[in-house]
Amino acid sequence: MPTDVILWILGGLILISAVMSLALRNLIHCALFLMVCFLGLAGLYLHLNAVFSGLVQALVYVGAVGIILIFAILLTEGGGTETGSHLGSQWRTGIGLAVLLAFALLGAVSNSPQTTQAARHTEEPTVREIGLKLMTDYLLPLQTIGLLLTAAAIGAVVLAMQEPKPRKDETP
Amino acid sequence: MTFYLALSVLLFCVGLAGVLARRHAIMALIGIELMLNAANINFIAFWRHSSAADDLSGMFWMIFSVAIAAAEAAVGLALVILVFRHRRSVRLDELESLKG
Amino acid sequence: MEPLKGLLSTLWKALTDQPDPKAPFLESIPEDYRSLASAVLSVAPILMVFPLLFALTTVLERKGLGRIQNRLGPNRVGPAGFLQFAADGLKTLTKEDVVPRAADRVVHFLAPIALVIPVLLTFAVLPFGRNLAPIDLDAGLLFFFAVSSATELAVFMAGWASRNKYSLLGALRAVAQMVSYEIPLVLAALSVVMITGTLSLSAIAAAQSPTPGSFLAPWYVFTPWGLMGFLLFMIAACAEANRSPFDLPEGESEIIAGYYLEYSGFKFALFFLGEYLGLFASSGLAITLFLGGWNAPFAFMQGWLPSWVWFFAKLATLIAVFIWIRGTLPRVRMDQLMGLAWKFMIPMTLLTLVAAGLWHRLPSAPLRWVACTALLAGAFLVLGRVLMPRTRHGRRVYRYAD
Repeated sequence: MPTDVILWILGGLILISAVMSLALRNLIHCALFLMVCFLGLAGLYLHLNAVFSGLVQALVYVGAVGIILIFAILLTEGGGTETGSHLGSQWRTGIGLAVLLAFALLGAVSNSPQTTQAARHTEEPTVREIGLKLMTDYLLPLQTIGLLLTAAAIGAVVLAMQEPKPRKDETP
Repeated sequence: MTFYLALSVLLFCVGLAGVLARRHAIMALIGIELMLNAANINFIAFWRHSSAADDLSGMFWMIFSVAIAAAEAAVGLALVILVFRHRRSVRLDELESLKG
Repeated sequence: MEPLKGLLSTLWKALTDQPDPKAPFLESIPEDYRSLASAVLSVAPILMVFPLLFALTTVLERKGLGRIQNRLGPNRVGPAGFLQFAADGLKTLTKEDVVPRAADRVVHFLAPIALVIPVLLTFAVLPFGRNLAPIDLDAGLLFFFAVSSATELAVFMAGWASRNKYSLLGALRAVAQMVSYEIPLVLAALSVVMITGTLSLSAIAAAQSPTPGSFLAPWYVFTPWGLMGFLLFMIAACAEANRSPFDLPEGESEIIAGYYLEYSGFKFALFFLGEYLGLFASSGLAITLFLGGWNAPFAFMQGWLPSWVWFFAKLATLIAVFIWIRGTLPRVRMDQLMGLAWKFMIPMTLLTLVAAGLWHRLPSAPLRWVACTALLAGAFLVLGRVLMPRTRHGRRVYRYAD
């Protein structure tokens, strides 16, 4: 069935690029693979008929998070390859823990009775429906998110703002 | 359904492994982003398989979670830049001045 | 023979504004291939028309700039120099493809592709005529912005992978500029969304069709908030496309050519193509949002020409304006660029949203005209005078060599 093939390809793309984005030495390569992973996820959502979510994913993650990630990398490491070991001192413990958790969760998922439910929402909700729900049922979360985003934006600017330098000859 | 949940579990664990194993603060943030995205897969999958007819809550949770992830990335990266400016390093195991 | 007749019939229906132009061709071919053929029918015209328009625009731009600068421009190849694009295309195709030794080869190779593909994808949701929208997506506007945000990443990839300080500086300038101007671009488009209540670009274009009894078509540019939104949108689109006066990322006098400095041959041509296609796409979006899409300006003209002719006439006009601006205005400085985006454009677009809300709420015609105009004009004056740094210009002194 073609939909299954698409799902497996997207899933493989997401997982491989996720692994690559954490395994490579060069930080910019990591960030670019992360973008591939996000685009794969956006494709997965589009494939699941969640068009609005998929587009939001592409817009926010690739357009915003990716760009600030890259700026942060360039402002700290200068975009080069990391010097020295790129793994922490306890990396074996960390990866072991993650693998253990993966097995535990996979076991739980495969035994869960929830997973046998058939897909009900195969039709995409219209943007109008989403907008009306956002403005009625989900108004409080929306306002809270707006407040949070404003606070985060101001906080990020305040944190990253350069302190005024006493030297006069330097142009801002 | 099992496919999405398994994908989400694997993505989460990849992110967790990255957070625990890498030394660089930005890599830890990338790992956290992956873990958040694993949660988003679950939201969309459960929205698609939920029993209520006009229930869009999974989708809204996903959209709100994306917004929170964006805020988290902005503040986190600003902190990373601040730490770099003070210490010229963002290696997580070199930031140990609070250690007794 | 049957498919050929179907194809001709499809072409005729598309050119004469009839509903469902794809149907005759799709009915003439076997059932299994119909979805594929439908996709090809949507994609092929875009891939044919817009690169050709790009080729013509490069010649016309050089000729127009030449006239503005009191010279002739290209006039050797073909009749009146109009085949210059073919000569240039052949030149770029046959040139050696140079990749710097230190460059990151894979990323360097992928960057031009990553630039052109999203730009081409944005054309998928633009309604070129009454029945000529390639995909009528419910969230069309969101699709446009989501896809076009990926071009920033491509620009960065190009600048970073070249391992050249000028490339990297150009890429960082370009990304900072595109991120800053994307906010006013989206906010200006939002005012139209607020009035129409839909994100579908076909529905937005259809909402601006003239009613039979009226004289002037209800284009949004003919309202105070729409005019302000349109101007802000065009300024932001100009900056998004890295066009003069916002072409700092490729300022020749400072950083040579910016992010595509280390590209030659066909890859360079792809950057050039991507930049112009991006300009066409954002002009097309501006036409759809503010200039009535495929509608005629006056109600009595509505049936005179096929709808796509109006669209392309408006597109040609906007391109001419862009060429004119490029020939007229000098390049701005980096701090002026950022100041304009954050201190002027964003507050103005937010106030345009408020004005659009007022327009929607206030019932009577003269009151809302006065209220919206007063709000926007007042804001324009206040922002222009207070927020912008007041520069003291001394008397201009001409000095000549003795």
